Amino acid sequence: MAHSTLQKLEKLDRRWVFLAMALAVAAPLFFKIGLAPKTTPPVKEFYDYIEALPPGSRVLCSFDYDPGSKAELDPMCISVLEHLMDKGHKPVVITLWSTAPALIERNVNLICRDKYGKQYGTDYVYLGLKEGREAVMVAMGKSIRATFPVDFYGTPVEQIPLMNGVENYEQFQALINVSAGYPGTKEYVQYVTTRFAIPLLSGASAVSVPEYSAYYQSGQLKGLLTGITGAAEYEALLGKPGLALIAMDGQTMGHFVIIAFILFGNIVYFFLRREKARG
Amino acid sequence: MKREIPILITLIFGVFMIVQFFIPHPAVNDIANRLQNWAIIVIAFSYVLGSANILRINGELVYRRGPGWLYKLVLVIAFFMMVIPGMFLGIGEGTWTNDRLFTNTYIPLASTMYASLAFFIASAAFRAFRVRTWQASVLALTAVIVMLGRIPISHMIWHDLPNVVDWVMNVPNAVAQRGILIGAALGAIATGLKVILGIERSYLGRE
Amino acid sequence: MDFFWLSVAGLATIAVLSFLYNDNPLYKVAEHFFVGIAAGYVVCAEFYNVFLPNLWNPLTSGTDYWLVIPLLLGLALFTRFSNNIGWISRWPMSVIIGTYAGLAVIGFASGDMVLQVQASLIPVFEPATVSKFSGDPSVMNFLDILKNPLFTLGLIAVLFYFFFSVEHKGGLKHIAVVGTTLLMIGFGAGYGYTVMTRIALLFDRFYFLFVEWLQVASA
Repeated sequence: MAHSTLQKLEKLDRRWVFLAMALAVAAPLFFKIGLAPKTTPPVKEFYDYIEALPPGSRVLCSFDYDPGSKAELDPMCISVLEHLMDKGHKPVVITLWSTAPALIERNVNLICRDKYGKQYGTDYVYLGLKEGREAVMVAMGKSIRATFPVDFYGTPVEQIPLMNGVENYEQFQALINVSAGYPGTKEYVQYVTTRFAIPLLSGASAVSVPEYSAYYQSGQLKGLLTGITGAAEYEALLGKPGLALIAMDGQTMGHFVIIAFILFGNIVYFFLRREKARG
Repeated sequence: MKREIPILITLIFGVFMIVQFFIPHPAVNDIANRLQNWAIIVIAFSYVLGSANILRINGELVYRRGPGWLYKLVLVIAFFMMVIPGMFLGIGEGTWTNDRLFTNTYIPLASTMYASLAFFIASAAFRAFRVRTWQASVLALTAVIVMLGRIPISHMIWHDLPNVVDWVMNVPNAVAQRGILIGAALGAIATGLKVILGIERSYLGRE
Repeated sequence: MDFFWLSVAGLATIAVLSFLYNDNPLYKVAEHFFVGIAAGYVVCAEFYNVFLPNLWNPLTSGTDYWLVIPLLLGLALFTRFSNNIGWISRWPMSVIIGTYAGLAVIGFASGDMVLQVQASLIPVFEPATVSKFSGDPSVMNFLDILKNPLFTLGLIAVLFYFFFSVEHKGGLKHIAVVGTTLLMIGFGAGYGYTVMTRIALLFDRFYFLFVEWLQVASA
């Protein structure tokens, strides 16, 4: 290959790279393939754990993400709520992210109220946001009522039937955390699961999955939804296809483009280095 | 006053956070609970302080007609567009702040900001992901295997690929992450104790 | 009305994406609007979710007068804006630092240190994996043989690379190489999963633009 061509390729305007990326990820919206992933063990264990809970279990759901991670974690949040509703469990929902309350409220209302027609206060509760991160997690281990004196709508928790007899984590059969980072699954592992003995299931942004794999391997997590692919596997297991499964075509194309760029960049680098060595 | 009291406050709060774990006596728990709830309130104030600081810095620039003041004006207007109706009408479902403003400005802006990183990661893959050394080769190879293994057609590429990726994540990756976790834990414990005992005081500033 | 607001969201998306071509005033407006809205939202969220239920209501109803202390400490944070009395803001800062430092000591020790070490306290070698491999010499059965050695000896190699300040030469170099190799696998996995996140977010934006807003594609 001519030296000048190689140099041009090496200094390729990054906007061409951007364009290729955009086309690859957007194209499947117009030309559908309908790909669906096979179930992996961490997702299956997540699913099985909820399946095995006694009907009517009270489950604490901490949905900790903001609009920046909505695309990846909204499908998990929705699927978790659907699964809990299907099995007749009773979610008590909180969030520790200050820009999350509206996002979470929408999902809770969309699934629990609108789709399943459940009764607020007896079948599900949304306690809203509490700032304080790890301090909130530990404080809930002592008294959830003191930490969340009222729900998101200002109703005192003692007036909410589902919260009757709830003092701390002991009154919950499981803790499900959908986590975009800090505070999230890592902090629940550090400050809650070892101290208060509550089983933790995590739905995590893919960025966090490598780190959380160590917690999953050590048994500190009872199940792990691994990014958008994990969310798609979970949707498939539930038999309720949603945005995660729709995203799989674009996801596949995007991965291929990145791999192609890594290979292409290295091929150019290899030939340039060889030409330089030849002088 | 300027240094001793903050160090004493740090010591009291830090010690009670530790002691409550080892001595689950109601008396200790009550004090620790109270301190924790106070901390939650102070932390919430710190978030408002952050917002106030953004407003102060940008408001000053607008007032002085500093560089880019028109953009800063946009920021200040956006702040009050959210705060004024938000404080009076609330931020829950059915309010203008939530259904219109938050949903149609903040969500798309935040989502797209983070989504844009996909383009830069593609650019970096082309320009910077060079296999120059043994370590770089291992890194690149793992990245490619993981990317291929986590797409729906991975088993068509090689029937064992999804299983191999599971193994990579749950064995060598978990080992590496475990090493990092243990290292970070030792660092965090040491730093935490130094802060509580007043050995590490850099958070107090210079004076 | 709905299409109007949907279009606001669409234009906001395009404004941010326009940065990919080059930095421009439209992007800058979007960026500043984003920061302003975020800062405003945080104030409202804290007001309704923390100040009212955890501070103001119990204080004004007389159920907990002690809360005047965090109220004063919280207000003291704002002395940071003053050159003369800015030092008072160290008191509430100390509350935050002390709380997190104390919690971190226990959290990292019990959650990360003890249980992560415990998970690697396994036999260095599992003979059953070898007999399984000799019966069925598949790739996965071979990888199974490596599992226990990696979790024990491999972890030691990673920790050796981090902690031993002796020069990595001779036999020690080989241990450090094993450690760095495992770390590179971890970082490679991290890169792969980061790509997954970013593409998921990008696809969502295209889904919004083409399916929800412009409706030129269908789900």
